[in-house]
Amino acid sequence: MEGTMFARGLKRKCWDGDEDVEGAPAAPSYSLQRQSLLDMSLVKLQLCHTLVEPNLCRSVLIANTVRQIQEEMTQDGAWQLPAPPVAGRGPLDHLVSTEILCRAAWEQQGQRPAPDLPSELPGALGAPAPGSAQSCIWEADSSRGHRGSFPKSLDQIFETLESRAPSPVEGLFADAGGPYYDLDAVLTGMVGGKSGPGGGDGLQALAPAGAPPPSASCKRDLGELDHVVEILVET
Amino acid sequence: MPSHRVPSEADIISTVEFNHTGELLATGDKGGRVVIFQREPESKSAPRSQGEYDVYSTFQSHEPEFDYLKSLEIEEKINKIKWLPQQNAAHSLLSTNDKTIKLWKITERDKRPEGYNLKDEEGKLKDLSTVTSLQVPVLKPMDLMVEVSPRRVFANGHTYHINSISVNSDCETYMSADDLRINLWHLAITDRSFNIVDIKPANMEDLTEVITASEFHPHHCNLFVYSSSKGSLRLCDMRAAALCDKHSKLFEEPEDPSNRSFFSEIISSVSDVKFSHSGRYMLTRDYLTVKVWDLNMEARPIETYQVHEYLRSKLCSLYENDCIFDKFECAWNGSDSVIMTGAYNNFFRMFDRNTKRDVTLEASRESSKPRAVLKPRRVCVGGKRRRDDISVDSLDFTKKILHTAWHPAENIIAIAATNNLYIFQDKVNSEMH
Repeated sequence: MEGTMFARGLKRKCWDGDEDVEGAPAAPSYSLQRQSLLDMSLVKLQLCHTLVEPNLCRSVLIANTVRQIQEEMTQDGAWQLPAPPVAGRGPLDHLVSTEILCRAAWEQQGQRPAPDLPSELPGALGAPAPGSAQSCIWEADSSRGHRGSFPKSLDQIFETLESRAPSPVEGLFADAGGPYYDLDAVLTGMVGGKSGPGGGDGLQALAPAGAPPPSASCKRDLGELDHVVEILVET
Repeated sequence: MPSHRVPSEADIISTVEFNHTGELLATGDKGGRVVIFQREPESKSAPRSQGEYDVYSTFQSHEPEFDYLKSLEIEEKINKIKWLPQQNAAHSLLSTNDKTIKLWKITERDKRPEGYNLKDEEGKLKDLSTVTSLQVPVLKPMDLMVEVSPRRVFANGHTYHINSISVNSDCETYMSADDLRINLWHLAITDRSFNIVDIKPANMEDLTEVITASEFHPHHCNLFVYSSSKGSLRLCDMRAAALCDKHSKLFEEPEDPSNRSFFSEIISSVSDVKFSHSGRYMLTRDYLTVKVWDLNMEARPIETYQVHEYLRSKLCSLYENDCIFDKFECAWNGSDSVIMTGAYNNFFRMFDRNTKRDVTLEASRESSKPRAVLKPRRVCVGGKRRRDDISVDSLDFTKKILHTAWHPAENIIAIAATNNLYIFQDKVNSEMH
C-alpha cells in the first residue's frame, strides 16, 4: 500500500501534473483535498475493529486535526456537513490528491478561498456531526462499540460524577489495591470519596459499552443521583 | 531464541535497555517475554569472542489479560524495561505492559550443597541404618543456573496505557506514566501509589493533549520531565507541590508559521525524552527531528537535527497509513557527544554534536555480516543519485527501528529491527563519516 501511494506521489511531482497519471484528472481544488482529509480523519476515529483499547494519543491527534480543518472551513465559509464516512478506502487518486495538503501554508496562497467570515467558531463547531465525532472518541477509548445496552449519555454522567470527587489530598493516597471498579461503591453513589485509579476511574471503567450515536449533544442534566441508579438498575 | 522458530508477531521486540554497567542487555517483546543478554568477558584465550553478548536468561514477564468489565484485551506487550541499580549480587529490573508493572529479581546459582546426612543425592530420605557417621554438607560447583522470580506486582495504578517508567536516583522510588497521569511508587509497596501529575480534564471532550513520555532526572531525585503530544516538555519539582500539575519549567519551541500544515501538530508530538548522562540536557524525538534542550533555556532547543526531512512532503500518505503516529526512541552515548535514533527501512541515524557530522546506517542481515564494517547509507531525494542510494519511494515503511539503546560507557549499540536484535560494537575510535 505504501509503495503504491508513494509511487503515485512521485509521478505527480516529477511530471508537474501536465501528463495525466493513468488518466486521473488534474489536481483537485484545495477545498476538495481538505474535505478528503476530513473524511479520512473521521473514518480513522471510528474504526475500532480491534479488541484492544485504541491508542489515546493517536485519537487525540486525529481529533485535533479534525478540529483544525473544521475551524479553517468555518473561516472560509465553506462549512458543510461532512459526507458520511466512507466504509472502505476511497478511490486512490482521491486520497493521493491530498498530498497537496502536506505543503506549507505559504504554498497554498492563492489556492485557498479567501476567508470572508469573522472567525467566531463556537456556533459552527457545535454542529452535530463533527461535534459528536470529537466527543465520541474518548468514550470509545473506555467503552466498546459493539454491545449496546447502555445509552451513550451515561458516559457524561460518569464523567460528571467523577469530577465531583473530593479534595486532591485524598486523591494523592488513592488506594491502588484491589479491583479499581467497585460495583457496590458505584451503585451506592459517590464512590466513598476516592478519586484516582482506586475510585473515580472505577466509574469510568464501568462506562457504557453502547455504540456512540452519531448525533446529539453530549451534555445532560444530572439532577438526582437516584436517576442514575435507576438507569443502572433498569439496564 | 532458537533460530529455527518461525518468527511471529509475538517476537517483535518492543523495548531494549542496557543495565547501568552495560554488562546486561534486556529486551522485551510483543509476546510478553523478556530476554536478557550478558556480555562475555574478553579473554585472551578466545580473542574472537571479544565481549559479545549471549543469551543469559529468558522468562515470561506478562501474560495477556482480559478486562471483563470493559470487554477489552490487555496486551502482554512489554512497553518498557528499566534496570534498578545493582545493590547486591542479584540484578533487578522493572518491566511493564499497558497496565501492570512488575519487579523481577535475577539471581545466579553456581554452587549447590552436597553431602546431606539424611537425604541422598536425589533428595530421598536415607535409610537410617546406613548412616554411620555425620558429615558436614559442602558446596560444590554446578552448571550456572539463572533464576528469575517476580518480587513485586504493581497493579491497578493506571486507567490509561502506561508509556514510561523511570527509576529515581534515590533507588527507592520510581514513576510510571500513562496518557493522562503519572504515579510515584515505592519499590517495596505495591498496594498504593502517589499521583503526581494529572492532566485529565474534568470533561473528556476537552481533552486535546496527552502525556507521551516521562523520566526522572539522573541526579536530582526531586526533578522529572514529561513530554506531551503538543511538543512541549514540562520539568517538575516534587518539592514544590504534592501534585505537580504546575510545572517548574515549560520547554516549547514556537511554531514556524511558514511550515505550518494540518500535520504540524502531529509531527511535533514528542515520542521520547531522555536526560543526558550529565543531567544538563534533554534529548527529544518528534516525527522528523531530534532536539537537544538545555535545562536552562526554555524558549527553544539548542540543537535540532533532521532525521528524515524528505518525509515532509509525504506526510499525507504517512497519515493515511498511520506511520505518522510511529513512536521512535532516541539515545545518548556515554559521553553525551553523540545521539542516535531510528528511522524507516531499518535505517538508524547518529549525530555527532561536536563535529556536526551525521551518518545513516542500516540494520539488516543482507547488508551486514558479523565483524564487517557498516556501510553508510544515503537516501536520495531527486537530483544526483549515487550508486547505492535509496530513493524515498523505495523506502520500506514496515521496517521501522523504533527502539535503540546505547551502552552506558562504550561504543556498543543495540538496535531492534522488528523481531531481530542487532548489536554493533566499535573497536576503534568511532569516526563519523
